[in-house]
Amino acid sequence: MYSSRSRGGNFAMTSTPPTRHHSSLHELSYVRLREFLREPEAVFWTFAFPMLLAIGLGIAFRNKPAEIVHIGVVQAGNGDSTVAWLRQSKALAVDEVPTLDSGLAAMRNGKIALLVVPRTGAVVDYQFDDTRPDARTARLLVNDAIQRGAGRLDRVSAHDSLVREAGSRYIDFVIPGLLGMNIMGGSIWGLGFAIVDARRKKLLKRLVATPMSRAEYLVAFVISRLGLLIAEVTLVLGFAVVAFGVPMRGSLLQLAAILLMAAFGFGGLGLLVASRVQTIEGISGLANASMLPMWVLSGVFFSSENFPRAFQPFIKVLPLTATNDALRATMLRGDGWGAVAPELAILAVWAVACTWLALKIFRWR
Amino acid sequence: MTTTALPLAVRGLRKRYADVVAVDGLDLEISRGECFGLLGPNGAGKTTTIEICEGLLEQDEGEVSVLGMSWDRDEKALRERLGIQLQETQLGEKLTVIETLRLFRSFYVKGMDIDQVIARVQLDEKRDARVGKLSGGQKQRLALACSIIGDPELLFLDEPTTGLDPQSRRQLWDLIEEFKATGKTIVLTTHYMDEAEILCDRVAIVDHGKIIALGSPRQLIESLGAEHMVEFRLVEDQATDLPVEQLRSLDGVRDVRVLDGGYELRVAELHRAVPALLAALAERRLELSRLTTHSATLEDVFVALTGRQLRDD
Repeated sequence: MYSSRSRGGNFAMTSTPPTRHHSSLHELSYVRLREFLREPEAVFWTFAFPMLLAIGLGIAFRNKPAEIVHIGVVQAGNGDSTVAWLRQSKALAVDEVPTLDSGLAAMRNGKIALLVVPRTGAVVDYQFDDTRPDARTARLLVNDAIQRGAGRLDRVSAHDSLVREAGSRYIDFVIPGLLGMNIMGGSIWGLGFAIVDARRKKLLKRLVATPMSRAEYLVAFVISRLGLLIAEVTLVLGFAVVAFGVPMRGSLLQLAAILLMAAFGFGGLGLLVASRVQTIEGISGLANASMLPMWVLSGVFFSSENFPRAFQPFIKVLPLTATNDALRATMLRGDGWGAVAPELAILAVWAVACTWLALKIFRWR
Repeated sequence: MTTTALPLAVRGLRKRYADVVAVDGLDLEISRGECFGLLGPNGAGKTTTIEICEGLLEQDEGEVSVLGMSWDRDEKALRERLGIQLQETQLGEKLTVIETLRLFRSFYVKGMDIDQVIARVQLDEKRDARVGKLSGGQKQRLALACSIIGDPELLFLDEPTTGLDPQSRRQLWDLIEEFKATGKTIVLTTHYMDEAEILCDRVAIVDHGKIIALGSPRQLIESLGAEHMVEFRLVEDQATDLPVEQLRSLDGVRDVRVLDGGYELRVAELHRAVPALLAALAERRLELSRLTTHSATLEDVFVALTGRQLRDD
């Protein structure tokens, strides 16, 4: 009863020549890309997130016009000219306060950066907190205005030429850093999750039960990452250039080479991170642990030069530092191939070493 | 190239894990065109055995020859010629049926036409549906399609219908029968006796990593020397009043097993044994609370051999 053959036909007759079919590398890469694009959250984190971050930082750190410093002056009466002298300075906003106490209260509230207390005779007292940068600026501006008002003559005549150039702003600094961070995150999360998920579902084991080439399986991940990378970089970089006027001074070819090497380097790291982990929790922890030092040390949001000199050799060889440094050199300074060669070499070493080690210890079952 | 070699030959296979011996000296010879079943309870070592044969696990001892080749030397060639379905694989949920099959087809140098395979496993209407949206039976049919897409000479199926509803199981049985009808060899594991009886030409009953019986389902059942099983219970206060010796001497009864609160008789001739049983009970003024009979199955063979049920659920 169960052996009824509902549709005749013969399994053995149906062999077809392989011409109709794509190579497995092609199929594996496309499958990976499709799976990614059908994951709305992943698409958001890869494409929208870096743009939102760039917008946020661009707004927060936009270059404001030279700031006016608020200061207070304790009223001295009887024709004191201190207030008049101070009002000569365009960089100062002067509030007259009735008493010393009310002036100190205004300073504590952050309304004023410095309090001027005129004394009898040609003596003036500045009350301010020297750990506040705006207070130190106020001290310079206030003293300058008072000394001039009182008749000081400058021995050297100085002219101010104002320079506000694209390339030296915070947004110019941070965009290459965001790009580097995004490539790192995309590679490590993208590869890590997909591989561990396939391992957890025994899909890896099922695949190695076919004649599939294991190397092709892993290479397909990197290829599909490259496809996404092009879209990702075009979007973020295009946005940064159009919206913020971030400069692109070096050659695009060189930029492409850096991004490619970064994708290989972080791709290798992603493979290594995912090579043995069997749970999603495990890969989350390991991916974060591998990326956290670089988020902090590699100069994404602030220059890595802020760390002590003893750390620098270690920081310099991190793949994200190499990526960020090379991107900044190319985009902001327009440096040539020679300047970014060390960074490219560092990324190549990461790519080869991590991929080699990952293949050695990879858990297929 | 090795047309005369047995599809699968296993000698002295042993595999132990840290705390347990999974396979304990197992021999198998499977001939071309047969459907061979490894039948046994969960934990008997079936999956370990089949995965060693599939080249996915390494044995501690023993020899495995697949299509006349060995895993050490000929892995690449063997993978081209085998179809494998694992016990639990979740295929990519975001891919469609056709995409999944195109992927698997791309791994093989030669194989079947994708559309024909889809038709074969009756997923035509689902060809563009995501795997995640398929029912359990449809997923299992897709898994079967993935394992036959390379047009294998030898197909391994590990618990192909576990967890499926009865209708889906029958549908899969039909598909496996169809594949078998093309002269291909199948090795499957199962803990369902009905599956083994319906699909398999020969069955090896496996327990604690050893083969404890081998033969066609018919032969195994006949080896019980009994065609039927009779199970009965007495009303409660009489439960212990019946001597087993007397039951054993009844006409047509081959063996007696005392169950929890009842008795099971292995019986050659039902038409003699049941009247004899009823007469014996009447003589002792004992009253039945239950009486059932069924034809002997592989389950009964397993019970006769081990004293345990195949399935504990």
